[in-house]
Amino acid sequence: MDSLVPFLENAWGWATGSAFTFSMILSVLAVVAFISVWAMFAVWLERKASADFQVRLGPNRVGGRFGLLQTLADGLKLAFKEDLIPRDADKFLFAIAPAIAFCGAFAAFAVLPFTPAVNAVDINLGVFFVVAVTAIGVIGVLMAGWSSNNKWSLYGAMREAAQLISYEIPSALALMVPVLVTGSLNLKEIVGFQCLPSDGVLDHEGLIYFSNHGWLAFYSPWTFVAFIVYYIASLAECKRAPFDLPEAESELVSGFHTEYSGMRFSFFFLEEYGMMFIVSAVAALVFLGGWQPLPWVSLNMGGPIGNLFFLGVFLAKSVFLLWVQIWLRWTLPRMRVDQVMVMGYKYLIPISLVALLMMAVYEYWGVRYLPGLF
Amino acid sequence: MADSVSATTAPSKTLLFPGDPLRPPDTYVDVRTQELQINMGPQHPSTHGVLRLAIWVDGEIVTRADPDIGYLHRCAEKIGESVSCIQYVPYTDRYDYLAAMNNNLGYCLAVEKVAEVEVPERAQYIRTIAVELNRIASHLVAIGTYGLDLGAFTPFFYAFREREEILRLLEWICGARLTYNFIRIGGVMRDTPAGWIEDIRKFLDLFETRLDEFNDLLTHNHIFVGRTANVGVLSIEDAVRYGLTGPNLRGSGLRYDLRREQPYLLYDRFTFDIPVGTGIKGTVGDCWDRYWVRLLEMRESVRIVRQAIDQLPTGGEIMAKNVRHLAFKSKAGEGYLGIENPRGELGYYLISDGGANSYRSRIRAPSFCNLSILESMLPGTMLADAVAIIGSIDIVLGEVDR
Repeated sequence: MDSLVPFLENAWGWATGSAFTFSMILSVLAVVAFISVWAMFAVWLERKASADFQVRLGPNRVGGRFGLLQTLADGLKLAFKEDLIPRDADKFLFAIAPAIAFCGAFAAFAVLPFTPAVNAVDINLGVFFVVAVTAIGVIGVLMAGWSSNNKWSLYGAMREAAQLISYEIPSALALMVPVLVTGSLNLKEIVGFQCLPSDGVLDHEGLIYFSNHGWLAFYSPWTFVAFIVYYIASLAECKRAPFDLPEAESELVSGFHTEYSGMRFSFFFLEEYGMMFIVSAVAALVFLGGWQPLPWVSLNMGGPIGNLFFLGVFLAKSVFLLWVQIWLRWTLPRMRVDQVMVMGYKYLIPISLVALLMMAVYEYWGVRYLPGLF
Repeated sequence: MADSVSATTAPSKTLLFPGDPLRPPDTYVDVRTQELQINMGPQHPSTHGVLRLAIWVDGEIVTRADPDIGYLHRCAEKIGESVSCIQYVPYTDRYDYLAAMNNNLGYCLAVEKVAEVEVPERAQYIRTIAVELNRIASHLVAIGTYGLDLGAFTPFFYAFREREEILRLLEWICGARLTYNFIRIGGVMRDTPAGWIEDIRKFLDLFETRLDEFNDLLTHNHIFVGRTANVGVLSIEDAVRYGLTGPNLRGSGLRYDLRREQPYLLYDRFTFDIPVGTGIKGTVGDCWDRYWVRLLEMRESVRIVRQAIDQLPTGGEIMAKNVRHLAFKSKAGEGYLGIENPRGELGYYLISDGGANSYRSRIRAPSFCNLSILESMLPGTMLADAVAIIGSIDIVLGEVDR
């Protein structure tokens, strides 16, 4: 968007206001399209992967023998379903809750850089923005649980609130470790740090150059710890197994969205998959070098081809992290609510605090791996 | 929670909402939690059928639980009096529908006891094989759905994959997958088809390795152990007092198995162990122990089936001579016979006045007795543990309600 507005102003002579509005609408549409397509793909991947884990075949009829269009068919089915609002529900809250839940996941896409050149907005508070905005979703979930006037829904909502607030802390603390190293909250700059040329020459001529820093996950033991903590905490934030307590179907029927049907339900669905993408993408950007395919060896590419390549690499990393989420979900049983809290408060928060402190000490000493050795 | 605002001066626990005329005018309002009564079932994913539990919860802690049964009541015992003994056998399939062979067997043995029918040896071996295969299938459902209760989906499919093999074998011999009606009064419906025994052998070899797979996937999973060890601990005394039988009783450490205590069929000819809970992961009698006992019992069933196959006499009758006609009439008399169903002691008490129908047929259903422990086990546990406990008791509602 930052590049689109000046382009429209200069090349086509548009007024600033209309150029801004136009590029904003374009960005929003792009993000909506991306989330929808992404969710379709993610659901398909989840189905196929779970089928593989569970000695089944999975969808194999709609859209070729791999069932690629199964999700589209299901989405259409959801769209045509009756929009049911329970009689005793708080109708207003019930109606807007899915939208609010979706907002959080949706807004976070605004700051995600997909390649060096493609992102909706490039703000200096990227990491902070993502952490802050994704937390909005919990309000929607609470509203959904409360307004459904169903005790199981209320249970799900309460669990969700407790869980999200608990896991926000370790995930934010874990994200602070790379921020401490790079000295920036801008997602693009954090990626830039990971592919910073070793010799300090910023505009390399050749395609390949070496980068001393490497991916942040391997930058130092403490960034690695932070990566693991972030990944676990992000699982809890997406309500994914083994932390899927808010919608634990064997305990709470369906948790906070028990009463939802049709499109409103599918918004919760989109929110979940959107969130999954965001946490995977943030992990890929912050810890796994974003769009750079290899650690320590960086590529110097530009133009449409380079950006497409980088986009592919970035999406591949995100999909890999997403696949790990799916893998965990279909392997592990669900934890109990107190075990989840114990895990958050007794393990993840202290570990992330220690990682943050030790990273600060390391930075002060100017070491990366072991004091005195590297 | 929803109604968490109450007046502190309100008498006892009655809640006076703002605007309630009974509410004293000058009371300050504080926020406190309130016990919530929730209705679990009959359409709840983890009540294993149509069990309804009214539970009172304080936050996540269950303070009281009232099991409410009867949603699947089909007048089973009355039907037993109004149809002839032979006609009643298919009805027994419908009680514990996961272990229909065992139900057939229990009823037939009871009728044979009252009518003093001698069953040919080959039929007894075939009965043993069918019943033990059915026990494995039933336990597979029990532990598979137990994983499901705890949020582990995948083990369920692995369990059902093995169960499918058993269902194929049983379908082969009797044509039905769930309600077999295979064991008849005086013998079995038909002789073993060609190739059946060999296929069982192949299946058993495969199944033992698959059990190890299952252990890796679920049994020793850290989260699974965390969810089940030390949860729902049931002492031997309580288990005996509530009349629990089967894996639930053995999980508490009492080595009591009717196949050993009062051998029926040919169980005194086979060597097999009776696994009991030893508290490997936690306390003796916790959910994990009950689960573990079921898992070990499947291995013992495999041993029994192997021995039965090896000892199976070639040729010979499969039906007693004097019952091979529809006009079967029992001798007058009465008798009780209990067998070891996958869920515990399944007993049939029959009184016959010498006619085709039994004068009184009474069923002691293991699930029904096992279910009674819930009321005393659930209070004080968390909601998630309540689900774990219900799953570990492994009830079949068709049998509870009959």
